[in-house]
Amino acid sequence: MAAAEHKHPNYMAIFWYLAILTVVEIAVIYMPLPKVTIGVLLCALALGKAALVAMYFMHLRFETRTLGMVAVTPLAIATLLVFLLLPDGFAVAKRTVGVKAAVGAPAKH
Amino acid sequence: MSPSASVHSAIEPAESPLTPESWGKLGMWIFLAGDAVGFGVLLASYGGMRMTSADWPSPYAVLGINLTAAMTFLLICSSVTMVKALEWLGKGDRAKCRIFLFFTALGGAIFVSCQAYEWSKLIHEGLHINGNPWGASLFGTSFFLVTGFHGLHVTGGVIYLLSIIRYVTNRPSPAASYNAVEITGLYWHFVDLVWIMVFTFMYLI
Repeated sequence: MAAAEHKHPNYMAIFWYLAILTVVEIAVIYMPLPKVTIGVLLCALALGKAALVAMYFMHLRFETRTLGMVAVTPLAIATLLVFLLLPDGFAVAKRTVGVKAAVGAPAKH
Repeated sequence: MSPSASVHSAIEPAESPLTPESWGKLGMWIFLAGDAVGFGVLLASYGGMRMTSADWPSPYAVLGINLTAAMTFLLICSSVTMVKALEWLGKGDRAKCRIFLFFTALGGAIFVSCQAYEWSKLIHEGLHINGNPWGASLFGTSFFLVTGFHGLHVTGGVIYLLSIIRYVTNRPSPAASYNAVEITGLYWHFVDLVWIMVFTFMYLI
């Protein structure tokens, strides 16, 4: 059975992927990129690392669909939550732009 | 899935894939899904508070990431020792399994110790749950709440791992404890997975 043959993936390879991705994450925050780009890159890297842990260390790749459904549920809820909070976040952020500039200004003196 | 379960599903592929031995695994996954929602709510509300704040400090400048990067690496290492423990148990070597379980618990204990050191250092620098010298007071509140909640999970995981070492020792055969060790592994890898998220959202971004 194919699933049984793949029961133990190459754990050391996954370990190195995770270690390298962590180094890349730390390198990204020092890159001369716009803040939004850095944020998107970091989110993508974190999700990639989380997927590696879930798929190979937690064996989700080799499990039944039922467990996969259970695992995906919180991801769907979290995504929904982010979209529920974003509109309010953007609205308040827009209103506080002036305040942010005022708060940031004295620090430069 | 234990070797016997895979043989079973090979004979009867049309049957429901959830065999009685994987009920425990299903139970742990449901618990973890609930726990993930808990962490998801904490991180989403952190994002919401940060977006709507005018003077949120830059986390990696204030908190410092050298120690936490090392702690991240430590948790990844302890995840590897966890899968190695399960691998050795699958091969029937209980002694090696116990050693790797012990190293996993040790990794967790060192992680919590580093966190205690980090907390005391930051508190000394002025980061408190109700205020800090760098900006929004909710910065400190959310930092202690989220990292504290994760730290409690690691502490619980260390106790869980130590008790499972005893369980492996007392069972009549290595195969009899395989399922329980795999379920413990699920919990431990989840704690690692959550830290990946916490490290990214609370320290790096």
